[in-house]
Amino acid sequence: MTEALLQVRNLECFYGPVMAIRGVSLDVPEGRIVTVLGANGAGKTTLLKTVSGVMDPAKGDIRLAGASIAGRDPDRIVRKGVVHVPEGREIFPLLTVDENLAMGAYTRRDRDVEADRETIFGYFPILKQRLRQTAGTLSGGQQQMLAIARALMAGPRIMLLDEPSLGLSPLLVGEIFAILRRLNAERGVTLLLVEQNARVALDIADDGYVMELGRIVMEGSAERLRRSTDIQEFYLGGNQRGLRGERRWKRRKSWG
Amino acid sequence: MLTTRPGAQDSSGRAQGRCDGETGIVETLQLIVSGLANGCVYGLIALGFALIYKAAEQVNFAQGDLMMFGAFVALGLANESHLGLPFWVACIGAIAAMAVFGWLLERTVLRQVFGQPQIAVVILTIALGFLLRFIAGIIWGHDPLALESPIAGVNQRFGDLVLGLDELAVIAVTLVLTAFLFGFFSRTRLGIAMQASSQNQLAAYYMGIPVKRIHGLTWALAGAIAAVAGILFASKGSIDPNTGLLGIKAFAAAVIGGFGSLPGALAGGLIVGLIEPFAARYVASGYSQIAPYAVLILVLLFRPRGLFAQAHAKKV
Repeated sequence: MTEALLQVRNLECFYGPVMAIRGVSLDVPEGRIVTVLGANGAGKTTLLKTVSGVMDPAKGDIRLAGASIAGRDPDRIVRKGVVHVPEGREIFPLLTVDENLAMGAYTRRDRDVEADRETIFGYFPILKQRLRQTAGTLSGGQQQMLAIARALMAGPRIMLLDEPSLGLSPLLVGEIFAILRRLNAERGVTLLLVEQNARVALDIADDGYVMELGRIVMEGSAERLRRSTDIQEFYLGGNQRGLRGERRWKRRKSWG
Repeated sequence: MLTTRPGAQDSSGRAQGRCDGETGIVETLQLIVSGLANGCVYGLIALGFALIYKAAEQVNFAQGDLMMFGAFVALGLANESHLGLPFWVACIGAIAAMAVFGWLLERTVLRQVFGQPQIAVVILTIALGFLLRFIAGIIWGHDPLALESPIAGVNQRFGDLVLGLDELAVIAVTLVLTAFLFGFFSRTRLGIAMQASSQNQLAAYYMGIPVKRIHGLTWALAGAIAAVAGILFASKGSIDPNTGLLGIKAFAAAVIGGFGSLPGALAGGLIVGLIEPFAARYVASGYSQIAPYAVLILVLLFRPRGLFAQAHAKKV
């Protein structure tokens, strides 16, 4: 098996005295969609922030195509082709859509930027219509599209997506995930997708990991995760068996 | 040769004295021009405030003292009794020196409080202001000094109207500089990146914008603008180490204009500058000095975001 594009090895991370990531290892092979599932506070966002260099790891290594990027400055990591689409969009609210996209390409000086912009408009035609509009006035779904498009402007080898479904209607979530799937299939963009919405995430992902309290508790193909009873029960809401609700919380997860 | 021009700093007094017995219109025009010239200096200092706030979310209470320091550097380079360089060389030298100084200040001092609460920066910059006043006092003394500038004290006559060339130059330079800054912020990649990193610092990091380097460049730019303001101010009158306290008026101007708005900073400066000579002319002397602050309070009461506030509140 060839080496994965992104490799995380035994990563440990702290928020002050709090250990947010307790030894996480994962692989994202080139051209695949890998999802990390988990509840609030599982450490998913911290994991992405550490990969993109906004946080420094305490221990462990992060390798991109074999070269370590752990603890580097975020702008150097972006230049190497890792772009983070943060949770809650985080667009530049007072800049226009056009300027937001230009900021996405801040690290680039090559001539292909203009061509990439046109390609991106092919995926997000609405952004082309709103080019001169102030980004803060876009709807939530449009802002999420802008956040993804802005990240694509950096010409990433791998895109880290933090909860792109957050706060969006099911219809918009479907639309955005369909675009992500197309980007992966047509443009070969590798995706590391962090989600609470396990159903949509497992739908487009090739492989998945489940995080709980800073650890990976389960990993496997998306297909395998979908079939797992624990996943069905705790993330897909598939448990319709006992009507006695309190039983659910007492049951121990086996992550088998 | 160290000449001081008593009263020159109080331009309203000069305008008044000049127009005794002339028609009211000419007097008003002269008050307007000298007010605008003063206002431009306030506006330039306010621009420095707004710039640093806009790009780095820091409030730099030493901006007025940077202006004073820039003026002294220019004076030290230009005056016969000091280095005696040609005026324009001294100007460029002072602007460059203050840009480097601003950059170093960010690099060595302000970066230490990066990520700390706002108040840390406020206290730090107030302390920096004291320090600059003290250092300027040691180097250049505490007596008022005048910059030997080719435009100082030259009058231009338009019929009955007599205007100081220095005042006209101040207005012209300020307009050009503001237009340049406006273009820089709205057209260039670096300018937009400065705006971006102030609007959403974390997102700027995610996009690979080197936020800290941008902060350094912002301080360099603020230092350069302070030097320009200082040179213009020193061309209009004399300076001493406490000249930097003018920054308080400029701060009021920046707040009136809407903190963080570049056109607002200039407009606020002009408003404060225009109020002063008219208040000095028509209001009892004890009360005239509070006029700019009275306006500040009115603006805060009725338009708390300032006159030129950005349309959308920033999401935190």
